[in-house]
Amino acid sequence: MDHEPQQPPMIPAVLRAELMAAVGPGNVKVAAEELHVYECDGLTIDTAVPGAVVFVHSTEQVVKVVKACAAAQQPFVARGAGTGLSGGAVALNNAVVIELARMNRILELDLENRVALVEPGVVNLRLSEACRSEGLHYAPDPSSQGSCTIGGNVAENSGGPHTLKLGVTVNHVLGLEVVLPDGRVVNLGGPLPGLPGYDLTGLFVGSEGTFGIATKVWVKLTPNPEAVKTLLAVFPSIDAASRAVSAIIARGIVPAALELIDQQVIRAVEEWLHLGFPTEAGAVLLIELDGLRDGLDLLAGRVMDACRSSDCLDVRAAKDDAERLLLWKARKQAFGAVGRLSPSYYVQDGVIPRSKLPEVLAKIQAAGRKHGLTTANVFHAGDGNLHPLILFDERKPEEVERALKCNDEVLAAVVEAGGMLSGEHGIGMEKLKFMPQVFSEDDLEGMRRVREAFDPNYLANPGKAIPARRCWEVKGHKPPEAEAAALPPMRKA
Amino acid sequence: MSEQAVLQGETGAAAPPRFEFPAETSELLRSCVHCGLCLGACPTYRENGDENDSPRGRLYLMKGLAYGKIEPAPAVQRHLDLCLDCRACETACPSGVHYGRILETTREYLNEAAPPPWHVKLLRKFVFEQLFARPVLLSTLTTLMRFQQTSGLRRFLHSVGVMKLLPPRLRLMEAMQPPLEEAPFRSNAPAVFPADGDAPRMKVALFSGCVMDLMLGEIHRATVKVLQAYGIEVHTVHAQHCCGALMFHAGEANTGRMLAKRNIEAFGGLGVDWIVNNSAGCGAVLKEYGEWLPGDERAHAFAKKNKDVSEILAGLEPVRPYKRISATVCYDAPCHLLHAQKISAQPVELIKRIPGVAWIELPDANFCCGAAGVYNLTQPAMSRAVLRRKVEAIRSTGAEIVLTGNPGCLLQIRQGCKEAGLSCEVLHPMELLARAL
Repeated sequence: MDHEPQQPPMIPAVLRAELMAAVGPGNVKVAAEELHVYECDGLTIDTAVPGAVVFVHSTEQVVKVVKACAAAQQPFVARGAGTGLSGGAVALNNAVVIELARMNRILELDLENRVALVEPGVVNLRLSEACRSEGLHYAPDPSSQGSCTIGGNVAENSGGPHTLKLGVTVNHVLGLEVVLPDGRVVNLGGPLPGLPGYDLTGLFVGSEGTFGIATKVWVKLTPNPEAVKTLLAVFPSIDAASRAVSAIIARGIVPAALELIDQQVIRAVEEWLHLGFPTEAGAVLLIELDGLRDGLDLLAGRVMDACRSSDCLDVRAAKDDAERLLLWKARKQAFGAVGRLSPSYYVQDGVIPRSKLPEVLAKIQAAGRKHGLTTANVFHAGDGNLHPLILFDERKPEEVERALKCNDEVLAAVVEAGGMLSGEHGIGMEKLKFMPQVFSEDDLEGMRRVREAFDPNYLANPGKAIPARRCWEVKGHKPPEAEAAALPPMRKA
Repeated sequence: MSEQAVLQGETGAAAPPRFEFPAETSELLRSCVHCGLCLGACPTYRENGDENDSPRGRLYLMKGLAYGKIEPAPAVQRHLDLCLDCRACETACPSGVHYGRILETTREYLNEAAPPPWHVKLLRKFVFEQLFARPVLLSTLTTLMRFQQTSGLRRFLHSVGVMKLLPPRLRLMEAMQPPLEEAPFRSNAPAVFPADGDAPRMKVALFSGCVMDLMLGEIHRATVKVLQAYGIEVHTVHAQHCCGALMFHAGEANTGRMLAKRNIEAFGGLGVDWIVNNSAGCGAVLKEYGEWLPGDERAHAFAKKNKDVSEILAGLEPVRPYKRISATVCYDAPCHLLHAQKISAQPVELIKRIPGVAWIELPDANFCCGAAGVYNLTQPAMSRAVLRRKVEAIRSTGAEIVLTGNPGCLLQIRQGCKEAGLSCEVLHPMELLARAL
């Protein structure tokens, strides 16, 4: 074994004592072995061991912990379930992890006004379950919704298959209680939509933990549709499936969800669930239509026509709810199922114009071939939100290198096609270096000024979301050398 | 220079680890891709939100041990010990991680690499290698328990308040003991129970186990009655032993293997179609004998022959009609039936056949009840927390009868409901079926 046991990172003894006083000694973790599991989130490539992990149970405790960190100029990172895929919850610079998983109460369910007030640690799916009997649900449905938290969804502005029609997290958050990086508590927005003043709620959602810590979230609840129809369309190639996506949208139809699954992923999922997916197919589309019962069959007919006009081999509707749920299980847990093909994968997240799907998907495949790696795709085709997966073995350092290079080329292809770096996973730390390729220095400077309005000392989740001004964000914090060296030249505005 | 430093030599190189992390486990660990979809399914993570107490976190700890990144420190042990081994994460895992096997083989490794203190070792040695491995000890213990229950000794001890002096764990054990008014099963059973009706549709041997055989004999009698009513001939195997589940779960695999071999021997050459069990925990491990004894053909053949009683009955009809039972009923899926053996539909289908039964879905029925073998004794605080949620779920159904097909779960849920003042009956599904047949 070539790994040396890790030395525990240290936080100042005074700070440690203050944290323990704030939340109780049992809620502060400093043992090396226990900190080890907090070195990464859903993306295992980027790791950093935190200085401590602090479990908080109330806004008051968050305030105390943040104040203690601010006084010690100690960076901190809020964390929920740690299912993020861009390294957003990685504790760079010895940061203190503020773990919000125990703040998981649903404080109010106002069914009449279809609003809920929740703590950030509430698991996404649990909120929908809590109001299911009332015919409501919380619309953003990331694939990790059985584990991921509303707080994390707010930080990353998470999406999900059903956000094609209903919008992403920012469209469903009405207001927030936020502990600012100096420990002050502010309310942004509130239970009523359209409050006067700046839309700071919209600004905060997707800020990746760099503006402070949300401790309460007002969210909209969405009525369940009267009827749902889920279609599975089989295509000979990923190209034909992409054409069908454009054909459906061109007919003026907005499906509830429109997902593409390629052959690699079909095989992984099939090995797991034995759904009878055609493993020889080039790709399948999972198309969900919902709304009023009347007219839904007509709509389904038009979607089927669009598929047939794009060389679809077979298209059928799920026969019952059980089959429908199984299809969705296959889709939502597809990333994990890819673990059956490979010990590790690198999942990317880019948005491109729908019309460029065939072109970019071909480039992704070519990049994989060039580096001798398998690529796989399962993504929200309806809004052009790609999730290319690059398969590799993390035990082979040379293969990890190739995966990283391949990843750079995939993102380059996205940018070239006029696309964006993230649809829903956030920039985190893994895509920082690409930001100057899609934003001018002036754009970035504008973002930095917004950030500084919230967090002038760069204590809240440093090293994430936007690249540093010059070398690194704070005096005294050295950049990881690799990160600094990897910064590409700025794009000329 | 400290003694440790001297041992490590002047070069400063760390001494090589004395025990190699098992290669098989190391290989199995690779299938975890760290997606975190298991977190929402884990009872201990649900309680404390600590990544170290989530399946993904525990796998990361074990990977850390495998790759030499962390030491088998007490903190690591604590988090692995706090795992219920309910394997709900396996059901949640899209990548097919064999969590139970990874955990159990890692525990086996840790028992050597970082052995427990001597008194724990001694207690474990007595419990695993003596008490459960020697039927006479266990049956003596049961006789003593039966005596204190039936002679009025227990009532007397309670009335004078002596029980309050017991340490909490013993007090819990004392409270949870099943009523032993009824006789053990095997010692009173004939060699063959004939099938009802004409010719038997199949012949099975009943795996009646250890604790269940001695303390919950009425469940076995109910199971036999149901099997007979379904036209199945049931054979008794007197030479059988404890299945070894507790030992395998605790990382005492050598004792487990010894028991497995004895059972394979005892059930060999019987000429039955299936070996039937009615205990989810036993059933899961009986089906895994092949994995624990790789290369042993008989073990693989034995493993394939074992079935849960609900699997056997699911496709069949009884030879005589059901009686009506008017009751509201819910079902709690034992983890080692649902997650380890992947049996979910069959027990429910059987119960729903009984005319008059009003079925109520139990919320979070796929979550553990906190019994988990001897977990309720080794980790009482977490076990209670997990049980509390289960009891609240049961309360929300208002069901008159709660069914679960595993002795540990049965006693745990019975105790939980009693303490919470619920009046529901907690039964094995076979007991309810037996009433209806």
